[in-house]
Amino acid sequence: MTDQQHPDESAENSGASRRDFLKQSSIMAAFAMTPPAAVTAVEKGLHEKVATRFEQMPLRVTINGTAQQLNIEPRVTLLDLLREQLNLTGTKKGCDHGQCGACTVHVDGTRVNACLTLAMTTEGCKVTTIEGLANGDQLHPMQEAFIKHDGFQCGYCTPGQIMSAVACIREGHADNPDEIREYMSGNICRCGAYSNIVDAIMDVKQGGQKV
Amino acid sequence: MNPFQFTRVTTPKAAISAVTKESGTYFLAGGTNLIDLMKREVIIPERLVDINKLPLATIEKTATGLRIGAMAKNSTVAEHELVKKNFPLLSQALNAGASAQLRNMATVGGNMMQRTRCSYFYDNTMPCNKRSPVQAGPDKGEPNGPTGCGAIGGYNRMHAIFGTSEKCIAVHPSDMCIALVALDATVNVSGPKGDRKIPFVDFHRLPGDAPQKDNTLQPGELIMSVDLPMNEFAKNSHYLKVRDRASYAFALISVGVGVDMKGKTIQDVRLAMGGVAHKPWRLTEAEQFLKGKPATEANFKQAAALAMKGAKSFGENDFKLTMAPNSIVEALKTATKTA
Repeated sequence: MTDQQHPDESAENSGASRRDFLKQSSIMAAFAMTPPAAVTAVEKGLHEKVATRFEQMPLRVTINGTAQQLNIEPRVTLLDLLREQLNLTGTKKGCDHGQCGACTVHVDGTRVNACLTLAMTTEGCKVTTIEGLANGDQLHPMQEAFIKHDGFQCGYCTPGQIMSAVACIREGHADNPDEIREYMSGNICRCGAYSNIVDAIMDVKQGGQKV
Repeated sequence: MNPFQFTRVTTPKAAISAVTKESGTYFLAGGTNLIDLMKREVIIPERLVDINKLPLATIEKTATGLRIGAMAKNSTVAEHELVKKNFPLLSQALNAGASAQLRNMATVGGNMMQRTRCSYFYDNTMPCNKRSPVQAGPDKGEPNGPTGCGAIGGYNRMHAIFGTSEKCIAVHPSDMCIALVALDATVNVSGPKGDRKIPFVDFHRLPGDAPQKDNTLQPGELIMSVDLPMNEFAKNSHYLKVRDRASYAFALISVGVGVDMKGKTIQDVRLAMGGVAHKPWRLTEAEQFLKGKPATEANFKQAAALAMKGAKSFGENDFKLTMAPNSIVEALKTATKTA
């Protein structure tokens, strides 16, 4: 069952209606209408609670400009979807609990922690990751600035730092080093790149380039 | 993370009926706290009802003040012109909380529902009366880890000094809620039995014998909006947050102040404290004392002493008995510009 087939039901109460449907309909009908994993579970006569564990749901989301039609388990986070299913490994998994900012991506233009975002909640959204920042071979001004000011160190936190740095300017919070430190505080790394990162952001902000 | 069923709703009515149908069902708003707790298996829902598409994110003027939709993002509220102009205390408190990423995700309603950050609550292997009686997960009703309170007699540096019980000494973690209780907010909720209003001061509760209950919401009730009455505190508002680092840390002590001044005299004042109790802690006695008095350090100290009546510490958090009154005085000095 996809959104296109049943717009009203899925918009209102897609999970509930599908479970009722699974219980009531024949296996043939289930074959026609539900994602393969859920069908297999029901077909094999598995208990409903067990069937739930195999359940996948449809998700439509645009990632770095490409529209995606996916089937995912509801418990998959946006971070795991990007890395494990779409092989977009630029977004890093650090703490996985919303504390380090390594997984920062933009959803509909605002920065969020992908590790605390269930992918299902991005239905119809536009997601931008570090892979989507450059324009072809031309790096984004913030990527250039990070290279110029050596804002990398080990590099693991860097994609999240760059996504945050771009957002920091777009949000209008990059007017001075103190403000930058405050609005970059959700990106915690343990190395010494901080001062170089602040320099990179100041450089882009003062350069007046469009971010 | 344990598997769960997922339902997306687009109307409050559908949201309420989805939650009342089954136990073990939770509303999912910004998810910044719930998803974290699910990853740690502190909460194990059977179903999530995604309310992110509900049309409850508007911020609008009303006849008596401002109405903020429950699904408005923390960052949107903090940056909103009407909030910054009329309720700067709320704006300051919101910006003192979490990180920019989390404020972009977190909602006003969700912020009110966030659970304590007590480390014993977060650790399934440690005793916790707040976590263990929670009816969640496939083994509904079974305690999720040992009962008792690990923090009493344990590491309780972050813990409460007011309104504690022998069952629980956890603190409420929100900064936003400190501003809301100081600003006399009202919460509008809708549920299976209809709509009702809850004065914000009554929204959260003290632990007593049931620390698993954070608030006075009834099963199936959905937070629709928060109302703020207009006031004269805008010019003299301050949110002071004392914490272990300059940004992105929970409060050891926080103080929200709004003062209506006539010359150097305090006409009216609102005071609330965070990091000290199981709920946002309103300092009513100190407010009464300050009304009609000149804004002097001596008066602030007396008010702070009144506010500290009944405070009780638990060892590691003894310092709060000194830090709290000092913070009250500092916040009042800053708000009244007498520093």
